[in-house]
Amino acid sequence: MAGSDPNTRGTPAPDTVKILIAGGFGVGKTTMVGSVSEIVPLRTEEPLTSAGLKIDDLDGIEKKHATTVALDFGRITISPKLILYLFGTPGQQRFWFMWNDLALGALGAVVLLDVRRPESSFAAIDFFERRDIPFVVGVNGFHGMHPYEPEEIREALALPEGTHVLLCDARERESCRDVLIALIDQLIASSTHVPQQG
Amino acid sequence: MAQSQPATANEVSGGDAAGRLVRPFALTGGRTRPDRTDFTLITTVTAVDPPPTWGARPQPEHTRILRLCARPIAVAEVAAHLDLPVSVVAIMLCDLLQAERITIHPPHPVSNTPDLDLLQKVRDGLGRL
Repeated sequence: MAGSDPNTRGTPAPDTVKILIAGGFGVGKTTMVGSVSEIVPLRTEEPLTSAGLKIDDLDGIEKKHATTVALDFGRITISPKLILYLFGTPGQQRFWFMWNDLALGALGAVVLLDVRRPESSFAAIDFFERRDIPFVVGVNGFHGMHPYEPEEIREALALPEGTHVLLCDARERESCRDVLIALIDQLIASSTHVPQQG
Repeated sequence: MAQSQPATANEVSGGDAAGRLVRPFALTGGRTRPDRTDFTLITTVTAVDPPPTWGARPQPEHTRILRLCARPIAVAEVAAHLDLPVSVVAIMLCDLLQAERITIHPPHPVSNTPDLDLLQKVRDGLGRL
């Protein structure tokens, strides 16, 4: 059995989990990833073809490219056995949700919101609501300005009950950490409260 | 780990604006999909050490992947370091898996019933940041 599992001699592979950082254009997603990541955020890109296109049909793929979706991601080593990845979709991307693997298996999401342009984050909120992916809303105050209270924002967005709204600064490590902790607390709270059957 | 890798990403792709010197799917024999779908963004891959003595010599791209995953590394990180789309990297990883040159470790499963123990660990870890 010499070759049964040679890797057991090396570093055992850690468990991995992920959280998505979503929101509109220029709202601070990559900034937030960089604020809490232990590595300089890495970028990977994926060419996505328009819906319905047969991917195996190489002819015409060039012409039918809908977009290239980029992901910026960072890493937080929770323990030698557990690593948390944060994935943010930088830039103005209308098609990030087509990268199905992105949302699949995520613990939850942070939707960053710019109160000056809240509508730019509506698509992200809608996406997570429709898929029952738990999320918190982080209101990124530019230059630390927070003209609205979280409760006002929650009402304006008609968020589901139990969805936390936090005022934050994507440039600040502690602030971003607190948003992530709020998401985890929300997940813990929802798992200890059995939802009422309607 | 990231810093220890040589900046070789541009050996293969000379920047998107200029067009890639080697088109990504030339690296995968024209295939556009992996045979296996178990390479998610956060699936961890690890080179088998020592490598099997049989089989064909790996292609240069495969060799670079094997170097990257000498220690466990997520698929997304491999793709970022190689500056290649995740879908292309997944196909090459699939080749390596079939050649028994890597092992894979799937992400922690996430279901509708949250894993409290896991969540508490993540919370504790974030609290130490």
